[in-house]
Amino acid sequence: MNFLDLAPLAVVLPIFGAGAAFLARRNIRLQRLITIGILCLTLLLEAGMVAAVWGGQSYAIHIGGWQSPWGIALMVDGFSSFMLLISTLVSLAVLFYATSQGLADGDEPGPVSVFHPAYLILLAGVSNAFLAADLFNLYVGFEILLTASYVLLTLGATAERIRAGTTYVVVSVVSSVIFLMGIAMTYAATGTVNMADLAVKLPQLDQGPQLILHVLLLIGFGIKAAVFPLSLWLPDSYPTAPAPVTAVFAGLLTKVGVYAIVRTETLLFPGGSVNAGLLVVAALTMVIGILGALAQTDFKRMLSFTLTSHIGYLIFGVAVGGPLAIAATIYYVGHHIIVQTSLFMVAGLIERRAGSANVTRLGSLAKLSPALALLFFIPAINLGGIPPFSGFLGKFGLLHAAAQEADALTWVVIGAGLLTSLLTLLAIIRVWARMFWRRAADAEIPNPMLVDQWTKVTEQTTAGGAKNPHLGLKLAREMEAEALPWGMRYATGSLVAAGIALTVFAGPIFDFCQRVAVELIACEPYITAILNY
Amino acid sequence: MSVNITFLVITGVLLATGFYLVLERTLTRVLLGIMLIGNGINLLILTTGGRRGAAPLFQAQLPAEEYSDPLPQALILTAIVITFAVTAFLLAMIYRSWTLTSADVLADDTEDVKVSLSSAYDEEEDSPVAEDTTEFVDEEGRPVREGEE
Repeated sequence: MNFLDLAPLAVVLPIFGAGAAFLARRNIRLQRLITIGILCLTLLLEAGMVAAVWGGQSYAIHIGGWQSPWGIALMVDGFSSFMLLISTLVSLAVLFYATSQGLADGDEPGPVSVFHPAYLILLAGVSNAFLAADLFNLYVGFEILLTASYVLLTLGATAERIRAGTTYVVVSVVSSVIFLMGIAMTYAATGTVNMADLAVKLPQLDQGPQLILHVLLLIGFGIKAAVFPLSLWLPDSYPTAPAPVTAVFAGLLTKVGVYAIVRTETLLFPGGSVNAGLLVVAALTMVIGILGALAQTDFKRMLSFTLTSHIGYLIFGVAVGGPLAIAATIYYVGHHIIVQTSLFMVAGLIERRAGSANVTRLGSLAKLSPALALLFFIPAINLGGIPPFSGFLGKFGLLHAAAQEADALTWVVIGAGLLTSLLTLLAIIRVWARMFWRRAADAEIPNPMLVDQWTKVTEQTTAGGAKNPHLGLKLAREMEAEALPWGMRYATGSLVAAGIALTVFAGPIFDFCQRVAVELIACEPYITAILNY
Repeated sequence: MSVNITFLVITGVLLATGFYLVLERTLTRVLLGIMLIGNGINLLILTTGGRRGAAPLFQAQLPAEEYSDPLPQALILTAIVITFAVTAFLLAMIYRSWTLTSADVLADDTEDVKVSLSSAYDEEEDSPVAEDTTEFVDEEGRPVREGEE
């Protein structure tokens, strides 16, 4: 009995938790307890899994003892366990955030009590997609997480969410259908859907059918990963959802697509036959996404655009190929999940603090909400790629790996990557200056509440003729504590800290990513683990 | 592998009509499109099973190639269930949308509308429909539109 045999629990625990949480729908406190308990257990399990494969190991689990390629197999290797651990970590932080928000607003059992079950099912789907070692199981994982995400995105069913939800559901269904078409054709061509078996059989096909299957799968995954030109649905649908939901979507959903793309490129079609196309697509994703971000005034929408833009870096890493580029991609995925989620959580805090996350209505927040300013600043410059943060390290790894390729197209994409990094910084600094540093009264549409609070804090600071900045700060902190429950601040803070930890421990983590990348490119450990049973 | 060409043609027709309907703005048509696509794909999966054969239950005398392939049918079953769930959800959403707006049409995105109203929007460049679509001109060479004299 190996510890890794417990890996299916990463899917089973959340599913059972969802059932239990649904049964407890009349008792919101019990529901919270179940959800948090289940996620903590899953997190422990996945931490153990990462520790077990830290040295580089691929372990296959054959469900029901059926021999591959006939039975369903799950794959626990460095890549899948790393993704599992990060995704559960992020969802636990968001869950604390949502719980604290719920406690502060005193939510009643009602239609919203479906939040916890749907949340757990979402996580089960994500875990299933990461563990799946055959294409159809991957499809099922996608469907589980998508169906849960439909529910979460349209929570409360307001007109705006229904509008955004319709776009999201239809686009997701179309992407699933294209993926399913890919599976059907793959099965027709090779007679198997087991990924290890496919890795052996696909190279025996002619170039033409191989290319069709390859592109079909990539289009299906590309829509899910929000790769340009298939990314335009994302900024339209994400920002309307409740803050915790947007945060967890931003962290997890697109990255499942990226995960599938990495597997497709390294395991199923390792020849790199579409790399030139992927490079072009990566450059367009980066540049067009970030130009969209610059045009936005709504902070959440801006974040959605940076989200799609930075997916381009991941596709870039996959397109360059080679151990270093893949290692940097894996590291960058971790960074991207943590930073984007924390920024969306900050967006939720801003909305709560000031009543709106629209930059045209905000100002003075550095003075009025110092903790919020800190929570925003760290992940924001991390996203912008300022050294020494993980964003810089990941981008540096990617560009360094790409520069070794010395190919004209690659150099153009490197240029696009640098430009995107610069424009991200510009977008972030513009928002930073406008939301936090200008006076609230100078905003395009001044927010009376902020202006009023600014006057009060200024009065405190200059009370009695002398400068008393600590009095003003004290008042600002009181107002902040009143608007933002401590749980929401600490949940966001813990994820920001996780982003810093990814920087501090970058050495061992990047070494791990390199071991994983070598294993991914070799393919051999994956195939032997599954087929030799 | 022998392929049933009728199935493939039907699959093509279902997918083509389905995708056409999905591109409409009317939500009910979108739903119908999704259902057609779902059925088309199911038929495609069925075709991958190859020619028909005996039921996949073990019979001692029967050689392996005489059985029909059970896997595509299992896949279809799963796909049908998923399509069913998504259809149900979409129906609920369409009904909700109809209750809220009493229209069966997808509403415009508010932020997109804002962008279209901002100064960066150039009427001549960005307008979806060109102003002068008529080929008819009056005596002075100005375009004539319907309902204008």
